[in-house]
Order: sequence, then C-alpha cells, then structure tokens
Amino acid sequence: MSNKKKVVCKVRLKDGVLDPQGVTIRHALEQLGFTDVVDVRSGKVFELTFREGVNGDLRAKTEEICRKVLANPVIEEFEVKEE
Amino acid sequence: MRFGVVTFPGSNCDYDALMVVRDQLHHDAEFVWHKNSDLSAVDCVILPGGFSYGDYLRTGAIARYSPVMKSVIRFANEGGLVIGICNGFQVLLESGLLPGAMLRNRKLRFVCKQVYLRCETSDSPFSNQIRVGDVLKIPIAHTDGNYYWNEDGVGDHEDNKQVIFRYCDARGSITDESNPNGSINNIAGICNKTRNVFGMMPHPERASEELLGSADGLRVFQSIVAFAKAGVAV
Repeated sequence: MSNKKKVVCKVRLKDGVLDPQGVTIRHALEQLGFTDVVDVRSGKVFELTFREGVNGDLRAKTEEICRKVLANPVIEEFEVKEE
Repeated sequence: MRFGVVTFPGSNCDYDALMVVRDQLHHDAEFVWHKNSDLSAVDCVILPGGFSYGDYLRTGAIARYSPVMKSVIRFANEGGLVIGICNGFQVLLESGLLPGAMLRNRKLRFVCKQVYLRCETSDSPFSNQIRVGDVLKIPIAHTDGNYYWNEDGVGDHEDNKQVIFRYCDARGSITDESNPNGSINNIAGICNKTRNVFGMMPHPERASEELLGSADGLRVFQSIVAFAKAGVAV
C-alpha cells in the first residue's frame, strides 16, 4: 500500500460574489423541471498528492498553496480536507 | 523611449503591440521572453493580450509566477510604467499590482466587438492625450472581463480617480446596455494609486490606424510617449 498522502482542496467564489456560471446552471435546471433548486454556486476541486514520507503540517502547506496559487483571495475561498 | 513587450507562452497580441510603438510611433521596442528577467533597458513594460498558459486555473494566474513577473513587479514598485492589455490586465490583477479580480462575463460568452469607452481622467501617463469625456472606439475580445472589486475597493478607485476608462454608448453615456461584460461601475480600465501601472480590457493596439476600423487606441500609446518625453516622475 502506498503511503502517499492525498489532500483535497475545494475552491469556490465567496458569498456575495456573482457567479455567472452558477446562475446559468440554475436557469438550465429550471428549464429541465428541477424547480426546487433556488441557487447554484460553482467551484473547483483540486486533489494534491504528496510524496511518501513528506514532513510537516500538510494542512498548513496546502493552505499556503491555496492562498498563493489555487484560489484568488479577492473573490474565492477554499476548504482543505486531508484524506 | 524603449518599450519592452513581454511574451508569455500563449500571448498573441505581442506583435501587434510591438508594431504600434515601433512602426507607428517610431520608438524602440523589444520582446522580453517570460523566462528573462532583465528590464534594465526598458522605459515602459507592455503585458500584451492573449491566453497565457492556456488560461489554466484562472486567467493570468500562472503567468503571474513566471520569472519575468518578479522583475515587472520590482520595476513597477520603483515607479516604472506598466500597461497590461486584456490578458495583461488579468496578469496585473493576479500579481496584485492592480486591485480587484476578473469574473467570467455575465453572459458567459466570449465577446469580440467594437465598444465605446469614455475617458474619465487625463491625469495619468496613459491618458494625458485624451480629454475627459472623449469617447474612444476600441475593440474587446475576452471571456473573463467582468471586473469585480468589493464596494470599499471600488469606492477607493472612484475617490482616487483611478478609473481611466468606462464602457459607454456612442454618445458617451454610461449605461447598462453598453456594459459588455458586467464590470462593476462599467469599469474598462484602471490604474494603481501611484498611477504608473494601468490595465484595460479593450485592445488599443487593435485600434491603432484607420485601416483597422479605428485609430483611437493610438492615443493611449501617444500618452505614454508624451509622459516619458516630459520626463515627469509618477
């Protein structure tokens, strides 16, 4: 069994920031008859695989990666989960 | 003066920009490859339009970490003139040299057409040859040009007169119909607080001679040259 560690990052637009893709998807759902859905927010998921024997706090490392690269803090927020 | 046009993998307006300043305004211009970091001979950096790094992750997000951008950030912080056009504007936002961020166009589509811009201030190295209220016809070509910044941030822009161009109709009225992408306050181009860094989504280099449908964009480059000639520090 591999000892590589996987960390999943979810990035999405902050509340209050217009999500034109989410709005369009919601309209499409409405057209298809899924009228119970009142809001859709889109986002991205990144799976990072760390090498075996990696040192240090993976969560902190991943959060730094999110802040610097994966998310734009002006418009996006992120959530990190170790698997 | 000497212009440096940065070429990222995926830049596609670098030649257009170079030709405007070299062939039409008769100034020196060179390409600066994204892996180079020497800007010592350059008076003004142009970050051109295109799709740097395939627009992967977010527009401008990968280019922002290329070697040349370290130098561009230093150059800008020392007062050097930097203009980002379209994708170049997106790179400036991602690098933090300009505030705010780009969202997908409100109608989600790639929009490529002539638009009208109203000049909001002549007080910048990029608009000193344009009068307040002048209407320029310049094309846009983008999918992510919906400029966003929170209320306080936009308020600061307005207070500091950092908004240089706004989308308008042919007569210069700022209307929602004339806003092609949903940008807050119809913002099409902004500068930083110290006014030496400027980004705009429309392409002035594509409107640099009548043959192209409009020569209005030339005035942006003429402003840069006039500013450099006057030798006024920002």
